[in-house]
Amino acid sequence: MSRRLIALTVTALVLVTLPYWMGGIYYINVASQILFYAVFALGLNVLAGYGGLVSLGHAALFGISAYAAGYILQAGYGHPVAIIGALLAGVVSMAAFAVLSLRSTGIGFIMITLALGQIVWGLAYRWISVTGGDNGISLHGRPMPFGIPLTSAAAFYYTTLIVFVVAVVAVAIFVRSPLGAALKGTRDQPRRMNALGYHVWAIRFWACLFSGLLTSLSGILFVYYTQFISPQTLALTSSAEVLLMVISGGAGTLLGPIVGAGLVVVVKSVVSGFIERWNFLLGAIFVAIVILMPEGLVPGSARLWRLAWRKARKPAAAEVKP
Amino acid sequence: MSALTVSGLCKAFGGLHVTNEVNLTVEPGERRLIIGPNGAGKTTLFNLITGEISPDKGSIHLFGQDITRVPSRRRPHMGMARTYQIITLFPHDTIIHNVSLALLGLSPARWNPLIDIKHQGHLIEHGLAALQRVGLAHIAERQLTQTSYGERRRVEIAMALAQNPKVLLLDEPFAGLSIDERRDVHQCLMAIPRDVTIVMIEHNMDVALDFAERITLLHFGEVIVEGNRAEVVADPRTREVYLGH
Repeated sequence: MSRRLIALTVTALVLVTLPYWMGGIYYINVASQILFYAVFALGLNVLAGYGGLVSLGHAALFGISAYAAGYILQAGYGHPVAIIGALLAGVVSMAAFAVLSLRSTGIGFIMITLALGQIVWGLAYRWISVTGGDNGISLHGRPMPFGIPLTSAAAFYYTTLIVFVVAVVAVAIFVRSPLGAALKGTRDQPRRMNALGYHVWAIRFWACLFSGLLTSLSGILFVYYTQFISPQTLALTSSAEVLLMVISGGAGTLLGPIVGAGLVVVVKSVVSGFIERWNFLLGAIFVAIVILMPEGLVPGSARLWRLAWRKARKPAAAEVKP
Repeated sequence: MSALTVSGLCKAFGGLHVTNEVNLTVEPGERRLIIGPNGAGKTTLFNLITGEISPDKGSIHLFGQDITRVPSRRRPHMGMARTYQIITLFPHDTIIHNVSLALLGLSPARWNPLIDIKHQGHLIEHGLAALQRVGLAHIAERQLTQTSYGERRRVEIAMALAQNPKVLLLDEPFAGLSIDERRDVHQCLMAIPRDVTIVMIEHNMDVALDFAERITLLHFGEVIVEGNRAEVVADPRTREVYLGH
């Protein structure tokens, strides 16, 4: 227990002091990206990891929130309206997605979310009067909560960090709660859950809304970060990318999606500066993860650690016996 | 008033009439055994009673209330619990967590996303009480993967008992158990008070005959013989379709 407390304190210290020792604005921005993609991955993990409902359309929800914020700002409203409007747009879209896709599970759920994601991508591409089509929507300026401008990399990083911590705490509380336990139950034994008196559909629906809320939050952070949104953000590759974050880190764990987000963002934005074929590298890393630790980096490392620990202790125990 | 009344129940899968005009009346507190050869439609009858599949015709009444159209997830709330022929538990969790899920299923707290399930004193207390009834309270914290088949069978029964059912449906509770395990499960079942009505499917006649007062013999989806122990065993049709001698 105390070891966990130490790890938590060290992590908190590292995260809070990061802008002071991380050399350069570029790297602070990379850290911000990791954090808001981690929120995105945490949101997808609620469904894919804890609910067993793999969505391939989550980038559409992420994008809807980002577009909503951009559109509302472009229409001349302020940041609070834009943020609330974007959250509402994201959650309402998620509800619509859920009603359509929860008719099925497994492959069926994947295909319906994939189709919905592609529809939204098509809309973003073609509905030029609203989305600006290929040109996208550009934002001008970031909000100023309590009069603090978020224009600097460090200020934006801290905002993202706060949202990230809130998201992590929210997911941690949720998975330990009865509703979270029920969601995991519907993943493992939906028929049994029904026979025990649970409303399996409704549990999954609430999980969708929670997932949608986190996805929306990350979409808003994204659009304020890049100050630009285009159909590219909603594409299938984005949905697949966040799913890879969840799976590579460890679906159904709290830390997994965060580690996965870190891995993908670091390879994409840092390693790509040194290696031209970074896509190849990322692919190779995923293949290695699937072969060496199919359960994901976090549970896989824990397993290897336990194995190594046992091996290290065994010879010692054998020496005791003459 | 009867605990469970099934009247004129029919279910066909394509041209196969799995349940055909089945009538069944179980009185409160009764121990009813349902027997029949493989494919007689015993488990289908259970699935119809619990609402997991809906009948083509006929009705089901629970203590006089028509539940034919009540969704299966509501039926536990009305006092109906079941166990499965193939053990259906949550394998990655502890025994107490499995029982907690059964308890939460009937509680409004199942919608709560904020409280910690591990720190709910009354939940653990009631869960341990249910495990006590099947003799598993001492290993409540054990992972399900580290339990024997017989223990899992008793966890299933504990989950059903935790819900305080008025009617308990047991689908082959002795299937696949060793002699010792069978004795343990038998003891658990004998200890269930008479305010619980029990309907049980079972092939193991030694244990089952000893347990049940009335027996219903199903064959090709139809009730062939019904009566008390002696009547059913003596009936020539029982010998023909079931006992086989």
